Formats: sequence, structure tokens, C-alpha cells
Amino acid sequence: MGERNAEADVGIGGDGMSAIVTATHVIAIAAPYGCAALGGVWSERSGVVNIALEGMLIVSAFVSIAVHAATSSAWLGLIAGIVAGAMIGFVHGLLVERAGVHALLSGLGLNLFAVGITRVGLRALYGSSSNSPNVSGFGWPIDPTVILAIGSTIVTIIVFRSTVFGLRVRACGESPNAARACGVDVFWTRVMAVSVGGAIAGIGGVALAFDLRQFQSGMTSGRGFVALALVVVSGWRPGRVFVLALVFSLLDWLQIAAQEKLGVFGFVVQTLPYVATLVGLAAVRPGQSAVAPKGLGISANA
Amino acid sequence: MKALTAGLIGLCAAWLAFNLAALAYGESPLQLLVILYRGTWGTWYGAGQVLYKATPLMLAGAAVTFALRAGLFNVGVEGQAALAGLGSAAMATLFSRAVQNGSHSAHFLFVIAHWIVILATSLTIGCLWALIPALLKVRFGAHEVVSTIVLNRIADAIIGFALASGLALRGTVRTADVPLHLARLDAIRLSKFRGSAVSIALFVGLAVVLLAGVVLRRTVMGRELALIANGPRACEAARVPIKRRIVQAMLVSGAIAALVPLGAVFGFKGYYELGLGAGVGFAGIAVAILGDGRPEGIVISALVLATLEQGGLSLNGVLPMEVMDVLKAIIIIVVAWASGTLKRTLGSVATA
Repeated sequence: MGERNAEADVGIGGDGMSAIVTATHVIAIAAPYGCAALGGVWSERSGVVNIALEGMLIVSAFVSIAVHAATSSAWLGLIAGIVAGAMIGFVHGLLVERAGVHALLSGLGLNLFAVGITRVGLRALYGSSSNSPNVSGFGWPIDPTVILAIGSTIVTIIVFRSTVFGLRVRACGESPNAARACGVDVFWTRVMAVSVGGAIAGIGGVALAFDLRQFQSGMTSGRGFVALALVVVSGWRPGRVFVLALVFSLLDWLQIAAQEKLGVFGFVVQTLPYVATLVGLAAVRPGQSAVAPKGLGISANA
Repeated sequence: MKALTAGLIGLCAAWLAFNLAALAYGESPLQLLVILYRGTWGTWYGAGQVLYKATPLMLAGAAVTFALRAGLFNVGVEGQAALAGLGSAAMATLFSRAVQNGSHSAHFLFVIAHWIVILATSLTIGCLWALIPALLKVRFGAHEVVSTIVLNRIADAIIGFALASGLALRGTVRTADVPLHLARLDAIRLSKFRGSAVSIALFVGLAVVLLAGVVLRRTVMGRELALIANGPRACEAARVPIKRRIVQAMLVSGAIAALVPLGAVFGFKGYYELGLGAGVGFAGIAVAILGDGRPEGIVISALVLATLEQGGLSLNGVLPMEVMDVLKAIIIIVVAWASGTLKRTLGSVATA
């Protein structure tokens, strides 16, 4: 939690200029959460339980920095990061849908693999166990990763609502057997959906790494798991995921800003994002506003 | 038998990956294997270290297994264990300070009372922290995977806050030294575990794993938990009190989780510090899954994972120890793939 300390701590309240700066900060904090959660929505709406979001984030963060540092092109880094996220999704899809590995185990294994492999890579490439050298990033006033994050939310909403592919994904998630009876290739649709989700989570990983201009060991610090909670609280809906990520980040930003303040107040503020998530979890009653895909975790050949 | 085969396939895959890693780093795989063996089971010290590291793993594995039998994924072992570790260390010092006036502090009865207070504190904290997700589940239908993940983060915050506001020694992130310890095995005359951290917490761990196995297999509660996981309609027919059993399963799971830091705090370090035993929750899930719900399976998987961990340390000069994390991941995935029985055990567990 301490990685965005003083530089992020820009005035609470104050004039209009600092309000804009604050807003940009909050959006920058929101991008990893939002993208990972959106990736989770893609995966779970297709019926594949996905706890590998954390692994997707960290691998894409590492790969993007490594490629950026090697080629000194931020764009190549961004693309590599997205591809890396998609690869993890692809492997997760194959393991769950073809090899018959339980989705929670596959996710657990992939997370462990991701953390291990990024640390090995950090040692192998930069001889460090803590962080990579700095990269330049894009240097745009609004980072392209943030624009991509917002863009992918909008695209996801449109795809789910009004494209054939989106309909197939949702069909596989609600009732894989019915989808199969209608001639949908459940296996490929799910693998594709999880891969697309991985790619979007990858954007989040890149956003996180580019925001700090470097890779740090374990830098995702549980964001993928928070994203998992956001997926459930949102009721598996892309638009709500986006809003929730912003709300969570606002609380998270408050938490960072209040970090120097010790005592009970600092503690309350620090736990606020998580307590709010818990309350959200309890508040969304299953069967009312939040409905899980009915085919979640069910394979088509059952 | 099937689980054993799956385990062997997993080990073979890990061994292959190990060889590949060794070759990638330009080392002889055989030589590295020799170093790995010497650092772990090849010496008394290495074996002691493996046993020390296996202790929290088997306890965490038992905690996860107990909830899993009811189809509950207790991802919160991490937070439950950490809070209990801090609480028990703090209570240990507090209690002895409170009774310090009495001169007979080395008295036999005093020591017993002291341990009872420590254990009661620890178990209470573990149970309370597991009660929250249990209640959220039965009252509000909140899925325990998500709520326990969030509760882990809150536990982190609580520990940071508690240490910063008085429980830690000034300028550090550790508590004061605890006044009493679990006997270490190298203290026994005949044993040769010289210098290694293994303590009698190991036997506590083994006993708890065994006990949990007996409860799950031989008691009404154990049978009913298995029913809850596998047949909601059968539960209704058999009038199983589903909600009460779910809460009970989480409470027991939290209580076992509370014992996880025992060996590190009272057997080795002598205090609790920030981040002590981090990651044990997820390792516990791995142990539970590889162990396939059986006591002997839990112990064996805990030993395998502990061997990899300790072996990683002994290889660290030659091969980055993080390679061992990758090997663990490979074992988990391959074993899950190779064993169809696992799928049956977990079939009814779905995240939603």
C-alpha cells in the first residue's frame, strides 16, 4: 500500500486545479481495479470462474516494463502487456475447459506461477529482487492506458448488449448445454472470452506499472482479489464495475492521503475501502440486484 | 491410490521443470538436486527446517480442509492466523506482566494457566475472524471467497494499526519477547536437530490434522458437512441444520487457523512481527487440495511444499529461490489435472 506515497498526496479540497489533479489520480488508481474486474466479468459471464486476475495483473505489469525497457517503446510495452494478460487467460481457459482442472485450482496455480515467474524474471533481467529500472512511459497528460480502460468498458457494454459474440458468451455463461444445443462452440467461446478478459486485465497491469514508471516485486498487492470482489458486488455488469472501481479508488485515494495520520482516524480511513466492499457484498442480495451467471463453473458436457 | 498417482505425476512434472530451470541457468541438474537434498532431508538440520516449515502448512491445510468439506472455501486463513499470532504474542506478555508481582512465576500451575490464556486468546480471535464471513454467508448470502479475501486486507490494517499504536517495541514492527516457549526438538538429548527451528509445535500440528480427519470422517458433524457440500436436497430430506453447520465449520476452520503461527511465535522467533507467516493462507489451500481431504495427504503435501521452500533457500546462491514458487504452481496444476477424484471432491464449490 505504501508505493504511492508522497507524490500522490496532493491537496484534499483546495482550488479547481487540484480538483482536476485529484480526479486524474483517482482515475489512475481506478484503472488497474477496473480493468481487472472487467476481465473478471468477461470470464465469469462466459461461465469460467476466474481468480487468476491477480496473476494477469502482475505478469502484464512485468512484461510491459521489460519490453518497454528493452525496446524503449512504450507502445510495444503496452501491446506486450496486453498479450501477456491474454496468454494467462488463454491458459486458464484451456486448463479449465479442456484439461478439466477445477477453476479455483487453476486460478490459484496461475497466481502462484505469475508471482514466481515475475520474480525470477526480475532477477534474471535486472539482477534485483525488488524493482526494475525506471522507464519513461508515455508522458501524456492522460495516460493511454486510462483511455483504453474507459474504452474497453464501453466496448464491453456494447459487445454484451448487442453483438452475436456477446450473446454467445452470455449464453455459455447462463446455460452451456442450451448454448451447445444451438450450435455454439462452448469451449472456444469460453476460451476466447477468458482471453479477452485477460487482455483487458492486462491493460490494468500496464496502467499500474506505467503509473509508477517501473515494476516492483509484488506491486499488484492484492488488487486482483479486490477486483474479484468488485465483480460480485457489481452483479457481473461491466458498467457498474467501472463505477464501483471509481468509488473504491476514491476511498483508496483518501486512504493514501490519510496515511501519515496515525491514530484511530487514520486506521478507520485505511480500512474504509475494504469495509465498504464488505458492506456492498452484504447489501447486494443474490437473486435481486446481483445475479450470478447460472452456468458459472458448470461445463457443457455435464 | 489415484491421489498417490496424481501426486507422483505432479512431482515428475516439477522435477522436469527443475531440470529445465537448472539447464537454463547453466548448471548441472544432478548437482543441484544433490544440493537440494543436502539442504533438506540430507542433514538433520535441513530435515528439522523442513519439519519447522511444514508445521504451519499442515495446520493451514487442515483449516482449509475442514471448511472445504462443507463446500466452503476459507481463503481467510491468512488473516485469521495473522491476527491470532499477534493476539497470542501480545497476550503472552500482558499476562506475565500482570502476574509478575507474584514471585512464583516459574510455578508449574502458573505455566499451565499461562498457556491456557494464550490458547484461549488465540482460538477466540481465530474463531471471531472466521465468524464474520460465516455470518455474512448465512445471513446475506455473501460468498465466502470474496468476503474472506477482503477480511484479509482488513486484518492487515488492524495488525499495522495495533503494532503502530503500542503493541510493537518502539521503532520496530515486532512485539516484545514472549515469556515462555515451546520446547525445541534440538533440546532433546538424543535428537540431532541442532540449530534447526523445529519445535513440539510439529506434534501439535500432526495431532490437529489427525483430529480434524477423525471428526470429518467419524462424527455426525463430519457427515453432515459432506452432505451440505454435495447434496442440498438430501440435506433438506435429512433435516441437516445447514446454516448452523456452515457457521460451525467456519468456526472450527478459524480455530485451526489460529494455531498456524504457534510454531513460529512460541517455538522459534519468540515474538510476533509484521508479515510473519505471510502467504500461509494460500499455501494452506494448496496443501488442502493436494492432500485431497485426507490427514495423511495433508501431512505429505505439507512436507513436499516445505521441502521445496527449504530447498529453494539452500539453492539460492545458484538458482533464484523464486523458481521454487514456479515449481509449486506446476505441482498444483498438474496434480489437479491428473486427479479426477479432486474434481469430484470440489465439484459443488462454485464462486458466485
